[in-house]
Amino acid sequence: MNLDAKIPEGLIAEKWSSHKFKMKLVNPANRRKYHVIVVGSGLAGGAAAASLAEQGYNVSCFCYQDSPRRAHSIAAQGGINAAKNYQNDGDSVHRLFYDTVKGGDYRAREANVYRLAEVSSSIIDQCVASGVPFAREYGGQLANRSFGGAQVSRTFYARGQTGQQLLLGAYASLSRQIGLGKVKMYNRHEMLDVVKVDGHAKGIIVRNMVTGKISRHAGDCVVLATGGYGNVFFLSTNAQGCNVTAAYRAYKRGAGFANPCYTQIHPTCIPVHGDQQSKLTLMSESLRNDGRVWAPKSAETARQIRAGKLQANDVPEDGRDYYLERKYPSFGNLAPRDISSRAAKEACDEGRGIAATGLGVYLDFRDAIKRDGRKAIEERYGNLFDMYQCITGDNPYEVPMMIFPAVHYAMGGLWVDYNLESTIPGMFVGGEANFSDHGANRLGASALMQGLADGYFVLPYTVGNYLGEQGVAAAGKVTTEHPAFAEVEAEVQARMDKLLSINGTESPRSFHKRLGQIVWDKCGMARSKEGLESAIKEVQALRKEFWENVRVVGEAEGINPELEKAGRVADFMEFGELMCRDALMREESCGGHFRVEHQTADGEAMRDDENFAFVGVWEYLGDDTEPALHREPLIYENVKLATRSYK
Amino acid sequence: MNLTLKVWRQKNAGTAGRFVEYPLKDVSEDSSFLEMLDILNEELVEQGQEPVAFDHDCREGICGMCSMTINGTAHGPQRATTACQLHMRHFHDGETITIEPWRAKPFPVMKDLIVDRSPFDRIIQSGGFITGRAGSAVDANAMPIPKSTADYAMDAAACIGCGACVAACPNASAMLFTAAKVVHMNSLPQGKAEKDRRTLAMVTTMDGEGFGGCTNIGECEAVCPKQISLDMIAHLNRDYAAAQVKDFFKQV
Repeated sequence: MNLDAKIPEGLIAEKWSSHKFKMKLVNPANRRKYHVIVVGSGLAGGAAAASLAEQGYNVSCFCYQDSPRRAHSIAAQGGINAAKNYQNDGDSVHRLFYDTVKGGDYRAREANVYRLAEVSSSIIDQCVASGVPFAREYGGQLANRSFGGAQVSRTFYARGQTGQQLLLGAYASLSRQIGLGKVKMYNRHEMLDVVKVDGHAKGIIVRNMVTGKISRHAGDCVVLATGGYGNVFFLSTNAQGCNVTAAYRAYKRGAGFANPCYTQIHPTCIPVHGDQQSKLTLMSESLRNDGRVWAPKSAETARQIRAGKLQANDVPEDGRDYYLERKYPSFGNLAPRDISSRAAKEACDEGRGIAATGLGVYLDFRDAIKRDGRKAIEERYGNLFDMYQCITGDNPYEVPMMIFPAVHYAMGGLWVDYNLESTIPGMFVGGEANFSDHGANRLGASALMQGLADGYFVLPYTVGNYLGEQGVAAAGKVTTEHPAFAEVEAEVQARMDKLLSINGTESPRSFHKRLGQIVWDKCGMARSKEGLESAIKEVQALRKEFWENVRVVGEAEGINPELEKAGRVADFMEFGELMCRDALMREESCGGHFRVEHQTADGEAMRDDENFAFVGVWEYLGDDTEPALHREPLIYENVKLATRSYK
Repeated sequence: MNLTLKVWRQKNAGTAGRFVEYPLKDVSEDSSFLEMLDILNEELVEQGQEPVAFDHDCREGICGMCSMTINGTAHGPQRATTACQLHMRHFHDGETITIEPWRAKPFPVMKDLIVDRSPFDRIIQSGGFITGRAGSAVDANAMPIPKSTADYAMDAAACIGCGACVAACPNASAMLFTAAKVVHMNSLPQGKAEKDRRTLAMVTTMDGEGFGGCTNIGECEAVCPKQISLDMIAHLNRDYAAAQVKDFFKQV
């Protein structure tokens, strides 16, 4: 597997501009001869489809929802980072770059992260121009706030609905292109496989989720922006439809899968209420700007609270352990996500957890309300407080919120080079679906930034460069008549038929839940060699059972949510094993990946830069063969590797 | 809690639908309404029956995908709440709950509780955007926007495009949706250049999709999970009248 990252020569601050200059350009009159396939319509996919169409390429865009406006980017609440330094507080491109590399626990690729920081300013400009109603100050200037893991205020926001507003901005641009006929939009279509011709990605196979019809689509290249794989855990903050299928199918066709064990567990989610639950709800990290996180100091107090004999508000000040402020005085409640999550788990492991299950800690606004007044808090977090009350029935203005970590984001993803091209030539990957920018841990408000950076400012260049290199003579030459399409379509069809014919006794959801339990227990917040080895065996056994005993009701034709679910769970069954394998291979703790064997005396993550400063990239070799591990070494020329300290 | 569910079942757009009753036991009051449907569906699958198809995705009240009328009210009895954020503690043990899809001619039923809301996308495609290429924008702070203006635009932009307004309206009017989208763009300085064009195009598309006219009933505002105000419709009417007048004199 060729893992040449194609990082341009030169100073880090000049790499992107000199690379752009060296890229092949496609004559505007020739662009209409090319056809680009974009899968996914979130920030990365929607922005890429819109921008490529603006440039003059013909685009087909696919999403599984009923409208591109519903992609899961919409659920991001807190904000988007940009190195604007509007607050005059010492921010710069270099600082955002540095914070992101450090926040990722030195497991991200420097050049990509620098570019991300570099284009971050343009993203805000672009969003404002397209009508995103960011929060403003009275003088009419944009407002900022500080966000988890940063000591400057560089986060732009639109109430607690930043993701929604950014997505609506990208969706508006995309809609304009759909109206102009430059983008053909395929709603309610799910990508089930990728088609390669002469080694290059030249098309996809999709299922129309309304008619059930499976069809072929050919293009000059393929862009995947299909999101993350957090739903492998069954319970996560991801939308119900989020899945790994597109990325995993690409992996099986030769795309390297990088760092699948890097998953982010977000510290501020609403605790699990019981086994009827289908999904976890995130409370924005912005709440940690004013809320103080605490657990009872003694396990006895916690026990009384759990038993309903004591109320949180009645716990005296000296009975409270504001553990983030205690352990990380300089960052306090704003400590990065991986660190905050582990600290919460630690408190609960010590028996100091609250909520009925003992898996919860408090996020308390008492002091903030006393300091700033209820009105100010209402203005900042009103909709989040309402949401919390709606879900739990508790009023967070009066009693502290209960929170617990939950799976939220996937830092791992398909391996891409500097051009965001995967190991399959002609297949580009953007947004959460790729691996490149967040290392082993993502900082708050950086996902929106990355999605839009890829979609608006990176892919439109690098895709054009690829098409230019292929030459205009090749444009549109591959059609769905090529035998490769028939071959892949037959495989997809056979898989569908198989799923429908097993006729077992257990539902796809039930299998999914069981899979989720295994990976959460053994490949979740804390991982051990022993646990991972047993998880791999358990997942294999479960997968075998799935293919013998899954029950998919309904038919291949028409709307069939069970069939959709079964296909996704089948891929999660394989992917879960890959994730555990990666976690087992990585004999160190870094960011969201915490191996219990590798920790300091006070329970902090212990990285091993000597042996593990690399991207672990997996190559598929067959269903019955173990995947091969390849390494892309991470070379740090601009940031000094250091122990990440937030103390 | 134990419940009786009366659910609309319809195989596809071409066949007639009907209500089917299902008893459901042991639902936790902490479950969300859609989790309750998940439980029902698991039971149906166990019996070898097809589960109830319904649209849903984020389950955080923001994607706008869930769409069902519960006991006669779009998104159910809780104000300012999507069906996915509605929790079973708002129902009582032994209750019979009626669940049906959005009922509006421009939103045909595709299966069970799933309807086709693509007319909304087409309204946006006709003008719900600000034209501008990526890369052509000026610095974001070059144009100060009063806080009140930004807040007002955000009030409008909060619309999640779920279609409850249409489902609740006796005329199946899409005025609240269209108004929210028009006002969001029209009220911002960056959206002014295309204001008239946008307003006329979006209203024309809306009418062409077969939505009814607005007669100021206010059902839309009452069911809107994001509490979009009827004032938005007044604003749209104003912008529409101004655009029409200008358009008229342009032709003379």
